[in-house]
Amino acid sequence: MMAASQTSASVPRVARTMLGQVVLPGEELLLPESAGPGTEGSAEQTLRLGSVVRPRARVVCGPGLRRCGDRLLVTKCGRLRHKEPGGSGGGGGVYWVDSQQKRYVPVKGDHVIGIVTAKSGDLFKVDVGGSEPASLSYLAFEGATKRNRPNVQVGDLIYGQFVVANKDMEPEMVCIDSSGRANGMGVIGQDGLLFKVTLGLIRKLLAPECEIIQEIGKLYPLEIVFGMNGRIWVKARTIQQTLILANVLEACEHMTTEQRKQIFSRLSES
Amino acid sequence: MAATSKPKLSKNLLRMKFMQRGLDAETKKQLEEEEKKIISEEHWYLDLPELKEKESFIIEEQSFMLCEDLLYGRMSFRGFNPEIEKLMVQMNSKNKDEEVEDVSMEADVSDEEMARRYESLVGTIGKKFAKKRDRAQYDEDENGNIKSVKTKKTFLKPQE
Repeated sequence: MMAASQTSASVPRVARTMLGQVVLPGEELLLPESAGPGTEGSAEQTLRLGSVVRPRARVVCGPGLRRCGDRLLVTKCGRLRHKEPGGSGGGGGVYWVDSQQKRYVPVKGDHVIGIVTAKSGDLFKVDVGGSEPASLSYLAFEGATKRNRPNVQVGDLIYGQFVVANKDMEPEMVCIDSSGRANGMGVIGQDGLLFKVTLGLIRKLLAPECEIIQEIGKLYPLEIVFGMNGRIWVKARTIQQTLILANVLEACEHMTTEQRKQIFSRLSES
Repeated sequence: MAATSKPKLSKNLLRMKFMQRGLDAETKKQLEEEEKKIISEEHWYLDLPELKEKESFIIEEQSFMLCEDLLYGRMSFRGFNPEIEKLMVQMNSKNKDEEVEDVSMEADVSDEEMARRYESLVGTIGKKFAKKRDRAQYDEDENGNIKSVKTKKTFLKPQE
């Protein structure tokens, strides 16, 4: 306990008081359930006494945090976020670090865009931007059997999901869900433009109430695919429109709302 | 002289099944003990303190999908790819409440229509199970209003 507090940058702080603030790797965060000696007051004492009786709420620690005994250890720098427990998830809510990075580390369950780099026997090697290419079985496509192979060529773009992704093993992708249906996964169609953005921008664009996407959807008829590995594929009717969209998406990461509205109004006029 | 130099059988020979019948109880016990000792010595075990699994209240999850309720990654707008647009609605409604689905379910068959159908169904099924001589009663009313006019047979008390 003493050694831990000496090695960390500062005295561990309660996670709930740090919401929205910047945290740095190596910091330790205390959960409300395990309030440390520094913040111990009479009120907290009673809380702790109460918590002994009732079962403690389960807390989910998301990306950027690691479990360290009964507290959280920060592994990425960024802002600490918290989500209150909803219908699903842990009873104590979810904590995670909203970080800004470009390097993708495969995570199980993530939907990503990969590029087929090699065909070897019954496996495809897919570049997903991670440290190692992912493997993709030819049987992991909708309707594929041993006799009926999917038509996938080297250089094709694949939208798929990770089923195996950990630090010790080669990541493995599939293009079907648990019930064997494609659900939009598989080879992404011809043409279009693939470009890379930061991982933070992808999350920003995929947020449920994202204004950027709503505004872009009004501009032209278009199709767009977001990979959690920072890749975006866009396709519109003409090459010119596709390029405009790609530029707007890339630029909107560092634009204010007014700047963005200005650009969108100018684009919709032309 | 002859008694002391009586030839002794070797231990391995005594351990054999057919030799044990003639042995006395004491040597039998001794042999058994020795055998147990050999077995227990040959057993390997880990010289470690007992591992205690502590129940953890923190669950690790490395995916942003759970944290931020992100939308499905494929999108299409203004009819560019109708398939994807259909898929978008389907995939993104999964996360939301299921109210949307309930509304579409209600639109299928209204309550009134349901009641009307069941009304006529009673007649149709009743006709199927009616006997030949009773069927005429169902046929009497032609205008779709099939009604069972069959009177319930009850015991009539004879009058004096």
